[in-house]
Amino acid sequence: MADQALDGAASRPLLSLRNVNMTFGGVKALKNVNFEVLPGEVHCLAGENGSGKSTLIKVITGVYKPEAGAVIDYDGQSYSHMSPVTAQAGGIQVIWQDLALFPEMTVAENIAFQTVIGRWPRLVNYAVMRRVAINALQRLGVTLDVDLALHHFPIAQRQIVAIARALVGEAKLVFMDEPTASLTQSETDYLLDIVRNLSASGVAVVFVSHRLAEVLEISSRVTVLRDGALVGVYPTKGLTQSHITELMTGKTFDYSVLHRDLSKSPVMLEVKGLSRPGEFEDVSLTVRRGETLGITGLLGAGRTELALTLFGMRKPKSGSVVLDGKPVRFGSNRDAIAAGVAYLSEDRLSLGLIQPQAIADNMVIASLDKILSGGFISSERKRSLVNRWIRDLGVRIGKQDDAISTLSGGNQQRVAIAKWLATDPKLLILDAPTVGVDVGARAGIFDIVSKLADSGLAIILISDEVPEVYFNADRVLHMAQGRIVGEFTPGATTLQAMEEAVYA
Amino acid sequence: MTVLIERVRNALGPELAGPFAAFVAVMIVFGFAAPNFLSRATFGSVAFQLPELGLLTLAMLLPILTGGLNLAITFTANMAGLTLAWVLQSQGGVDAGIGAFVLGSVLAVAVGALSGLIMGLVIAYTKAHPILVSLSMMIFLRGLGEFLTRGGDVSGIPGFLAPIGYGSIFGIPVPLLIFIACVLIWHVLLTRMKLGFNTYMIGSNIEATRYSGINTRKVQVLVYTLSGAMCAVAGIIMLARFNSVRVGHGESYLLITVLACFLGGVNPFGGFGRVIPVFVALVVLQLLSSGLNLMGASQHLATAVWGILMITVMILRWLAGRLKFLNTNRG
Repeated sequence: MADQALDGAASRPLLSLRNVNMTFGGVKALKNVNFEVLPGEVHCLAGENGSGKSTLIKVITGVYKPEAGAVIDYDGQSYSHMSPVTAQAGGIQVIWQDLALFPEMTVAENIAFQTVIGRWPRLVNYAVMRRVAINALQRLGVTLDVDLALHHFPIAQRQIVAIARALVGEAKLVFMDEPTASLTQSETDYLLDIVRNLSASGVAVVFVSHRLAEVLEISSRVTVLRDGALVGVYPTKGLTQSHITELMTGKTFDYSVLHRDLSKSPVMLEVKGLSRPGEFEDVSLTVRRGETLGITGLLGAGRTELALTLFGMRKPKSGSVVLDGKPVRFGSNRDAIAAGVAYLSEDRLSLGLIQPQAIADNMVIASLDKILSGGFISSERKRSLVNRWIRDLGVRIGKQDDAISTLSGGNQQRVAIAKWLATDPKLLILDAPTVGVDVGARAGIFDIVSKLADSGLAIILISDEVPEVYFNADRVLHMAQGRIVGEFTPGATTLQAMEEAVYA
Repeated sequence: MTVLIERVRNALGPELAGPFAAFVAVMIVFGFAAPNFLSRATFGSVAFQLPELGLLTLAMLLPILTGGLNLAITFTANMAGLTLAWVLQSQGGVDAGIGAFVLGSVLAVAVGALSGLIMGLVIAYTKAHPILVSLSMMIFLRGLGEFLTRGGDVSGIPGFLAPIGYGSIFGIPVPLLIFIACVLIWHVLLTRMKLGFNTYMIGSNIEATRYSGINTRKVQVLVYTLSGAMCAVAGIIMLARFNSVRVGHGESYLLITVLACFLGGVNPFGGFGRVIPVFVALVVLQLLSSGLNLMGASQHLATAVWGILMITVMILRWLAGRLKFLNTNRG
């Protein structure tokens, strides 16, 4: 274990946990976990979903009581368990992903409302609140109009407000849960600067993030958890993204570009001069049988709009689409599905799957006609269809009738893919298929995609993560402002060159 | 014992557990409290009162499953009843023949379906909220009906209609048979047909359903049309039972049908709910009011007890949910 003191002076840890065990319903959520944070340090807590990160945070903030034998040393005191009151009083603050702010209230009220809670005569002194709020923002090196309602500010600035509120509570240790999940690159950079300021002023920050690039950039040490157990504590210096991924998943991934010769394969989709003014202009592309065409570009480049047009949910203003040798014009997505086009939505939670409904129902919804017998739904056919796809795609489920929302992101995405494969598509459009899917499970999704292509399916893979298309597509189109501005063949270009072209 | 309870619960399904428990409780309580409760007379009166409320509840159920509501059910039933009554009147009133009845019934169902069709089209295409759309339809039908009847009764019904309201076949009341047939149709529709499947999906997430290639507008239009047609069946039976139609008759059933759906475990936001538990819930409501009647309480008190029952059921459901939560956490 590479757990050397970083600054030689061996500063005493601010927080030190030893032998933490937690069991939920027979499942060990934490197994003998040790965890340490130094004063003023930026520390990253890494692990896949279900690895025990949130459980650990909840033990530290006193939401959960660990099993007997645990020792928690915090700020010179020793505890067998924390309580929310001791954690709060000791200056431990958590900024959850949803921020828990009041959008209709002003910035000052959001930051300083705790200062007016509970004291007689329970009157609000706006002058004091404003002063407290401005002070807190100054400590972060930020100026915001504190009298404006919070909903006027973009999400990045709301993060700042949440951090400022933590400072008002005299924070010594701040946990940030996926703080950059909904931020753009420049907003993320801004937030990382704030975190650095916070750390320089002596506040320790524990960063929980899926985005490994940030983890490497901001933190000095990384604690990796896997399946509730500690993998190790590592200094960030010298770590690479792929190394962290391997530590998190316990698997090694082989990164190589595809080399498939498809020049003789027949063309499945040919699009010429397709336009929808304001969304995309003059898009031409071809996809062959067995080929995966990547489309990448920044948010708002028109990728999803193009996909929805190919899927018949929007009508093109001009241009032509030829599918499997026949010119097509779809009146709705029902026509598109009947012709063999399938579209996996980028928004799995609200458009891709019907979250409260059963796994089985989600799997058969697009191919109901296949499970009819004499006009009625045959529960036998339904069950056998569902069983087949669960087996073929390796979906891990409890019962077929459980709600789809009980599954992990990776398993949900497998169900969504199965739902479309059940319609016997010729062209499968995958729009951001790994959003909200764990690093380890992503590889499994791309294994499936690769096998599907080998079986003769034409695939369009849309993603804003350049490495994803680089390693999983035969050719990559770069879209910007509604136009195709470049084409890459991963074997002939370096990843770096492609990233520079797209992110520039 | 616990194994037995577990088995019964598995066989009945989670939604049925609540209404079924309420059914057992009502039988036990009134069986002791009212000595003549467990008699033919009680069940006879339940059997004759159940169908009207029951058919209207079926009409309410489909829209609720899609996440909507149909507030026009009672006035749609009145309009359908009026249609049949007018056809009979025009064919000789008390002397009208079977042919007139068949024609009138077909037209009545068509009128009910038309009312639903219009609502369905407006809801599907304008995306207006079903409460507003069906409220407008309710007020329209009420005004139209009162205008056409001048607020009075339409009567003069041939005698051969009486069996539909009061007759029995093999000791089972005819209205009950019609109701049970409709329950079975709804049950098959919801469990075995594409329309039923899509109804549940729309109720949970209409956009995701549309993205899956389902014609969600068609489903909505059909759901409201079927709801209107079911209202017409209720309207025909009401006509046969009362020998006349008056606009506003059965108005108080409107919210009771919503109550019966929720008592039967239907999710108020749509997407979940089954016909059989709703049927059991309806039987419980009728038994309650009959039992109270036998004990000499007024009908108004029975209505009050219905409200208390619903609140009790919601508290019990919350408690059951909590118990389950604690169990899974303890492991």
